[in-house]
Amino acid sequence: MNPAHGLGLLAARLAVLLAVLLIWHVFARDPQVAFFIGEPLKVAGQVISWFVTEADIYPHLAVTLLETVMAFAIGTVFGLLMGLWLALSPIAAAILDPYIKALNAMPRVILAPIFSVWFGLGMASKVALAITLVFFIVFFNVYQGVREVSPVILANAKMLGASQKQLLRAVYLPSATSWVFSSLHTSVGLAFVGAVVGEYLGSARGVGYLILQAEGTFDINTVIAGIVVLTFCALLLDMLVTLTEKRLLTWQPRQGETEKL
Amino acid sequence: MNAQQASLSAQDASAGSAANPDALSLQGVRVTFLSRDQPGQRYTAVDATDLHIASGEFVSVVGPTGCGKSTLLNIAAGLLEPSAGRVEVFGKPLQGINRRAGYMFQTESLMPWRSARDNVAAGLEFRGLPPALREEQANAWLARVGLAGFEDRFPHQMSGGMRKRTALAQTLILDPDLILMDEPFSALDIQTRQLMENELLALWSAKRKAVLFITHDLDEAIAMSDRVVVMSAGPASRPIGEFVIDLPRPRDVAEIRLEARFNALHAAIWEVLRDEVLKGYRQQLPGLPPQALAP
Repeated sequence: MNPAHGLGLLAARLAVLLAVLLIWHVFARDPQVAFFIGEPLKVAGQVISWFVTEADIYPHLAVTLLETVMAFAIGTVFGLLMGLWLALSPIAAAILDPYIKALNAMPRVILAPIFSVWFGLGMASKVALAITLVFFIVFFNVYQGVREVSPVILANAKMLGASQKQLLRAVYLPSATSWVFSSLHTSVGLAFVGAVVGEYLGSARGVGYLILQAEGTFDINTVIAGIVVLTFCALLLDMLVTLTEKRLLTWQPRQGETEKL
Repeated sequence: MNAQQASLSAQDASAGSAANPDALSLQGVRVTFLSRDQPGQRYTAVDATDLHIASGEFVSVVGPTGCGKSTLLNIAAGLLEPSAGRVEVFGKPLQGINRRAGYMFQTESLMPWRSARDNVAAGLEFRGLPPALREEQANAWLARVGLAGFEDRFPHQMSGGMRKRTALAQTLILDPDLILMDEPFSALDIQTRQLMENELLALWSAKRKAVLFITHDLDEAIAMSDRVVVMSAGPASRPIGEFVIDLPRPRDVAEIRLEARFNALHAAIWEVLRDEVLKGYRQQLPGLPPQALAP
């Protein structure tokens, strides 16, 4: 079997997973070690209990995912608007430049306590934290993207009679959108990080909250189970982004797909 | 939009009343670029340039690389403002973008996120035509440049020649009175190029619009034009020779090269152009030994 293709690849990947689980299982047989690293079987049991037997994770998962989606949507729209605005008005960009750099350089997770004070322990403070993470990714991408619009395409649109408004809609926006998409994977991931970290720092619901609770009782298995659930969710979101990307960016060449006539 | 239409019709009215004004007239145009980083540094690309293109005339500008041919075209398009001199379009001083001109660029100018049809229809869209109407016209123009059946292709799915055809349709669909072309076919292989040159000539002779055609290829310039203008090597380049091409039309760009008159014109123009090409080379490659550039 060729390990780089098809079934062979799948088998090789599963083998790696099994090997890791097996090694973990062997080490976890010592209860003193298991206290620190957990036990794969108990982790699996916890996941099954969350999703099937007790079925009590759904409200928490829904909260976390809703926070992620809201933060992602709001952060993307704001990033897009700010990016367009600053890229098209050099004076505003010149004035705001140091502040944007400062805000971006700041470790923004540290804003979580402030947001808790402002917005309470509910969803709003988590969404706010995640927005600060998403915003800058999208903003910088759009800002860069709009400034790098091909001057020839721009001149061509002008010669075809485009007004400033039409230039924005026909050239700047589509061009910026492709940059938004190229940052989508990163920004969805960061929206998720923001939501979970926010919950972890203080909340009454969400997967981050479950992990925090388990940690309080030294229940390492539940902590790991939470991490596993979050990882699967992140993968799922990433796949969703890839699908959307494929549907919306049909005009972009993909490797091996360019069909010349 | 309304103001735009109003100014267009105003221009039309005045063009009709004046005694056949030139489609484009440059008088004493100078273009000096300032270096953005060092404001003291200047570069004069074009100086003391007079150029007149009559309505319906096909004029080519040839010259060594870096002689400011494209600068001249950008001036005519209104994308650049001259440092000095006058630019008139159909007897009216040019302000802002030249609304009566269509511009075909040397490099890729299609919007990569639009299909061929939507690219061709872009100008009509900017003028506010309803979607059904502009789609119909775009399809017709794509068919006219030989791209029927490729309407839904994106630029990356087309070859260089097909993209040039799309760009040609995109420019001509607006029926501009002055067509500006910046080495439009220089990136094409020689066969595609001759095909497209013939097609351009056919389209041009049907409508007889004024054309300002920039090229570095003297053969192309002679085969296509009514008049060839030779620019001197930069900096501060200016027209140094003008030749009326009295070859009969319609022409076939491949066959006309074999005629005696073509060769006579070629020899006469090359006589003027050669020294400028060498001058341009010497400026760009100062390390080259003199005998390498001997005529």
